Amino acid sequence: MTALAEPPVMHEAPPSGTIWRLAEDRSSFAGPTDDRAGGLPDHDLLEVALGPHHPSTHGVFRMDVVLDGEEVVRLKPVFGYLHRNHEKIAEKNSYLAAIPYTDRLDYICSMTNNWAYVMTVEKLTGFQPPERAEYIRVIVGELTRLFNHACLVGFLLQDMGALGTPLMYAFREREKILDLFESLSGARMMCNYMRFGGVRCDLPDGWIEEAKQVVAEFPRFLDEFEALLTGNEILLVRSQGIGVLSKELAVNAGVTGPMLRASGVGYDLRKVDKYSIYPRFNFRIPLGQHGDVFDRYMIRLLEMRESLSILKQALDTIPAGPIVDPKAKQRGLRPKAGEAYGRIEAPKGELGFYVVSDGSPNPYRFRIRPPSLINLTVLEDMCLGHTIADVVIILGSVDIVLGEVDR
Amino acid sequence: MLGSGIIKGMVETARNFFGSYVSRERLTTVQYPEQQLAPHENARTIPLLVYDGDMEHLRCTACGICEMECPAQCIYIVKDTVKKSDYLGRMQFQPRVFDIDISVCMACGICAEVCPFDSIMMDQVFALSTQNRFSGLLLHKEDLAKANGYFHAIHPSDAGDIDARRDEDKRKAEAKAKAAVAAKAAAAIKSSEASAKQVEVAA
Amino acid sequence: MQTPEQIKSLIEQNVPGAQIELVPNGSPGGPASILIDSDHALAATTFLRDAEELAFDFASNATGIDWPERVIKEKNKVKKMVDGVEKEVEEITEKKTPAFLETVYHLYSMSLSTGPLVLRLRTGDRGQNNHLPSLTPVWRSCEFQEREIFDLFGIVFDGHPDLRRILMWDGFKDHPMRKDYVEPDDYEYEPTPHDDVLEKAQRHYAQEATV
Repeated sequence: MTALAEPPVMHEAPPSGTIWRLAEDRSSFAGPTDDRAGGLPDHDLLEVALGPHHPSTHGVFRMDVVLDGEEVVRLKPVFGYLHRNHEKIAEKNSYLAAIPYTDRLDYICSMTNNWAYVMTVEKLTGFQPPERAEYIRVIVGELTRLFNHACLVGFLLQDMGALGTPLMYAFREREKILDLFESLSGARMMCNYMRFGGVRCDLPDGWIEEAKQVVAEFPRFLDEFEALLTGNEILLVRSQGIGVLSKELAVNAGVTGPMLRASGVGYDLRKVDKYSIYPRFNFRIPLGQHGDVFDRYMIRLLEMRESLSILKQALDTIPAGPIVDPKAKQRGLRPKAGEAYGRIEAPKGELGFYVVSDGSPNPYRFRIRPPSLINLTVLEDMCLGHTIADVVIILGSVDIVLGEVDR
Repeated sequence: MLGSGIIKGMVETARNFFGSYVSRERLTTVQYPEQQLAPHENARTIPLLVYDGDMEHLRCTACGICEMECPAQCIYIVKDTVKKSDYLGRMQFQPRVFDIDISVCMACGICAEVCPFDSIMMDQVFALSTQNRFSGLLLHKEDLAKANGYFHAIHPSDAGDIDARRDEDKRKAEAKAKAAVAAKAAAAIKSSEASAKQVEVAA
Repeated sequence: MQTPEQIKSLIEQNVPGAQIELVPNGSPGGPASILIDSDHALAATTFLRDAEELAFDFASNATGIDWPERVIKEKNKVKKMVDGVEKEVEEITEKKTPAFLETVYHLYSMSLSTGPLVLRLRTGDRGQNNHLPSLTPVWRSCEFQEREIFDLFGIVFDGHPDLRRILMWDGFKDHPMRKDYVEPDDYEYEPTPHDDVLEKAQRHYAQEATV
């Protein structure tokens, strides 16, 4: 296998029609590239490595962009700066010890990561989480969605040039939810809260009332946020018609989550898979029409309102009872040989875990389907023909977290 | 009108700016080093080891379960060679070495969860940075050991539950021991009576 | 949704020559998966995507599994004549499974809201015969995931538009997710080396001494 070609030699004086390389030649262009982007024009082009330390790349992520003037003619994402092979670590550890590591995938939404993993192991072993545990999971999952979307909008606006203000407002609201998480699980971000067949500890006294208050106050923040942003002419001009993603491409490229729904495909796992107890709640799935950055922004705001409606219903009807399946075993779990694929609608898209057991105390194969990585498949398609300033916004609207992209 | 959206936004920023002087809802931060918020009862940072009475009576029995289950493999235990009596009067080993490398520890709390002796618990200390990367961040048994009273102060409800359970165990064990002593005594009396009878019969 | 058996017969009817096997799944309620021979994989998956009654338009997950050669011990009860009397004797037979690399695809249908269909492809062995057809022309979502499988497992996808390493750097030699991957000597001083770390430390210092 010799696909890894030697890096090309730098030309002394590049002849016309070649790519001027600003980046050192460790770039992805050393490998074969496909012609999906079409042939390159025959005048001088400029290659810029955007990242890995560029503030707009949301972490350590690099885009090798080829520019014709200011227009993007080719864009290759480069990953792996944060790669620590989470899958291998999990395959060497016990089933239980993998839970705290899942916190660190998408480190903004640790609760939903926990949830997807324990749900997969429950499929593998047949544990049944009790009613109350399911309610708690839905509540913390929807709270996670709330602040993830609020932060994403903040980051997106930051990328558009609205330095600070929207992001700080979003973080202020996130702070209140993180306080709830801390009093529940002991940690603000790395919650490590869910367990096979249930959750780790019960809600502390008065938690439901506090959560109800946060949920009751959240719509006011959303209204203010929308008054601040949605009608803003600069936002409209910058985001409408930018980074259009067609329905067909979105489906074929496996794009999931708010990004898929912004392109007008009504596919939400909470409705499709009917996992956990979501069928009990009334909520709608907002859909976009154009699939541009503005639709992706609006979808997030609308989804927050639906999450609030789920939260209200769940907090009002949460029953008392046990929080862990009595049959469930945490330490020294040895599921029968078999495999399971579990997926949930995480805030960023479809988060899947694929676990293969061979009957030993650690998983034989542990795979994460990261929504952030797969949503980036179409980044080049969305960016072609736009300017560098738009690339930053389009990347912002995808909603990636590098802990999950690189794993 | 073009620009009305921007003006509307400005009104919101002004509302938030002036609101932050009067409303707790709009200003959630505190001036950190001077002002500090009390941590939540459940809050956790690094592990600690609980002892009853003095440092020589750690609850830890060096069983090694936490060492085995630790996802980051940051716990290091060496068993002592002599056994000591625990709260129920059973003879148990104690750790001679109990080290936690907190530069590796990720504060997940799994050690506290799996501990069957209510010994390892989660502390709430923070701001642990030191100037020495290795020895400064390697906590030994002496650094980790904390009195039960300290544990009560940071996790009152957990500590209360655990103490109630341990008192109950102790009471049961004492009752059992008493019953055993009584049974023994009774057996002794019976056998002496029986021997007395035998003597009588013989006579 | 059709059962895996029905899908198997549907493919066999519509893709002449395709050899399909059902692989059972031991977990409770887990669906059996479909193993397709690699020569007909592209035709069969295109059929799965385009057939109106199936319409698997969404390949959610693509991943690899490494299966090195393993010895499976089976206990069988055999009737034998022992000292002229027929007795049941347990016989342990050792069976070697062949070594191969496997890719697993989880397919769903967004238009029909059905799924999952678990699809498997297997390579000839773990050495030179590590080629499989790429399914990226059928589903774009496999593009990065197949690059990842190539990177971490060393399966070469024929027909992939842009097969390069994705998570490891370009000059990296091995495939880290293989079961026989040997970690490089990256031991750093730790104050309390124990168990695995201790072995690593001893190896490291032994190597340092020889250099």
